[in-house]
Amino acid sequence: MSDVLALDLSAQPDLSAEDLKQLYRLMVAVRHLDESAIRWQRQGLIPGYAPELGQEAAQVGSGYALDMARDFVFPTYREMGVARTVGVDMVEYMSTHKASWHGGLYDPQAARFAPIQAVVAGSVLHAVGWAHGQTLSGTPAGELGVAITYFGDGASSQGDVHEAMNFAAVMKAPVVFFIQNNGFAISVPTERQVAGGSVAARAAGYAMPSLQVDGNDVVAVHQATAAALAHARSGNGPAIVEAMTYRRGPHSTSDDPGRYRTLAEERADGGEDPLARMRSRLLAEGLAGEDFFTEALEAAQAEEERIRNGVGALGSRPGTEMFDFVYQEPTHALKAQARAWREESEHV
Amino acid sequence: MSEHTTLSDLEAAIDNTFATDAQQASVDVVEPGIVTAVETLSMQQALNRALAEVLEENPKALVLGEDVGLLGGVFRITDGLQKQFGEDRVFDTPLAESGILGMSVGLAMAGYHPIPEVQFDGFAYPAINQIVCQVGRMNYRSRGTMPMPITLRVPSFGGIRAPEHHGESLESLFAHVPGLKVVSPSSPNEAYHLLKHAATRPDPVIFMEPKSRYWQKGPVDTSADGYSPEGSRIVREGKHLTLVAWGAMVARCLQVAELAAEDGIDVEVLDLRWLKPIDAEGLAASVAKTRRAVVVHEAPLTSGLGAEVAALITERCFGTLRAPVERVTGFDVPYPSGDLEDEYVPNIDRILFGIQRVLENRRG
Repeated sequence: MSDVLALDLSAQPDLSAEDLKQLYRLMVAVRHLDESAIRWQRQGLIPGYAPELGQEAAQVGSGYALDMARDFVFPTYREMGVARTVGVDMVEYMSTHKASWHGGLYDPQAARFAPIQAVVAGSVLHAVGWAHGQTLSGTPAGELGVAITYFGDGASSQGDVHEAMNFAAVMKAPVVFFIQNNGFAISVPTERQVAGGSVAARAAGYAMPSLQVDGNDVVAVHQATAAALAHARSGNGPAIVEAMTYRRGPHSTSDDPGRYRTLAEERADGGEDPLARMRSRLLAEGLAGEDFFTEALEAAQAEEERIRNGVGALGSRPGTEMFDFVYQEPTHALKAQARAWREESEHV
Repeated sequence: MSEHTTLSDLEAAIDNTFATDAQQASVDVVEPGIVTAVETLSMQQALNRALAEVLEENPKALVLGEDVGLLGGVFRITDGLQKQFGEDRVFDTPLAESGILGMSVGLAMAGYHPIPEVQFDGFAYPAINQIVCQVGRMNYRSRGTMPMPITLRVPSFGGIRAPEHHGESLESLFAHVPGLKVVSPSSPNEAYHLLKHAATRPDPVIFMEPKSRYWQKGPVDTSADGYSPEGSRIVREGKHLTLVAWGAMVARCLQVAELAAEDGIDVEVLDLRWLKPIDAEGLAASVAKTRRAVVVHEAPLTSGLGAEVAALITERCFGTLRAPVERVTGFDVPYPSGDLEDEYVPNIDRILFGIQRVLENRRG
């Protein structure tokens, strides 16, 4: 772990035994749902999925540090683990992969979780705007809502990320830039993507603190995120957390990693499985026994079954919704198109 | 002025004043009871007034952009607003248009009504990804739970001898994007009312300001009595053909109409105002009467908005049209240097040739 400008990690209280067990339960639930979703795709239940195998610690650890009464999450399309951790309805979340609705069917304002974002780096600037809105709202320093924006090593090459970091630092906006550096942007490895090898290192140029953290250690991720959140919440401006992790699966269910990396490389580079690591820790510290792990897996399986049934029961959205949500005040021309669509589709 | 002077008469009088050159307009005080609350303002002053009133009336309204704070904007549209409303409400951003628009999206998600300025038309290109994929889609993506009340002001079009990418006409680009609305005022009165209207809507509006008209004065009736911001408006009635224009081209078409009148050609001039949604019924009503139309715009010809206007007219008036709809537009070339811009932007002669073509065309 290396910090460029200091974030106060020591101020973060140690997690309780129950917190540690809950982090494990969440990671198991996310792992099981993630692996199941690939099967759903192979079985034809959903047309596609972007797995996050190997990134459970980064997503659960960071999500668990959020205060969802006042913070707000800006995800990409691979943050299922964060969504699950902060309590987004998972049938409504997975509906994006069912091709029901791009942004997901959940209410993003109520969930405090922005619509799923397919545009790489598209939502990073939104976090800055939302966060600046918290500053403008007159909320006192120390109680500010923080925007956390998730993106990857690939997205870090986008100009919007640089603009967002600069805007946030200039305006001292309460933003946490959370990078999951998972080694690959589809096929292109980090060394061909990120000059210098670290997105966190860029923080120095923007005069903001950053932490590069072992992204497969859920507790370390949690503590780093909590420190970054505390920094932003106190009105000190933005911070960067870069979780170094590994995308153990394909980019998506349409991807073939065999074209750009070997199984031997995956085993060598993937590092220790975040779940196995947490399991060892819980056992070593005497916080959990086999019963606990069995119960956690059974709960995850029951949860996946509920979500699978819910996703399976999702019908197509009514076609009128293509038209209904374009504007708050729809134009005459769009209403005419909707009428024509209805008339012509009823003849089919 | 006669005792029945109306606002459009005044506007026409003032536009004609500028038709002959840059003499400052002075409008006599109009008789009480006929036009109320009329002031003579430049478009720059009218826009500034509208922004001040929007900021006053809506505490969630924010003005942001490059140099909009202390400087008051390079065109002074935001002059004095930071002093009046403070640095929280009116603030400078770093020089990055995607950042300005992306930040505006986030502010809108947090319940604000951002009024960003992109300093010149061509500067919108770096923000296109945010405008198309975020501003235009967030309401849709969020199933209506995250409206995007963003009023993007863009000083637009040519005519001021400016450097490259300071004179472009992006209306086709914007109008093609689902989720956006696009409007362009042609006079100080229109600028005042349309900006106040746009900046209180729950949907994103691209507000294209004709920068060559910023300093022309005209009457502004701030009372809004009888004013409708919807649809197009007829700025000059005529029988023989309809000239369709927006932004700076409206004043030019009024000049052309006066010249044509000397040859006995009675030209109707329609200010389209909304480039999305286009007032198809207003177009049809005018052309149903005149049976001929010429559409005039500064943007290049190919896939320009004139094509859409021609299609809408043809769909509705095919049976009565006496000639195909003519287009008088910029060329399919990059906007040229100042020395050549009078050759590029539709000038009086080219519009008169367009009128000649549409009048000479005989069916069957």
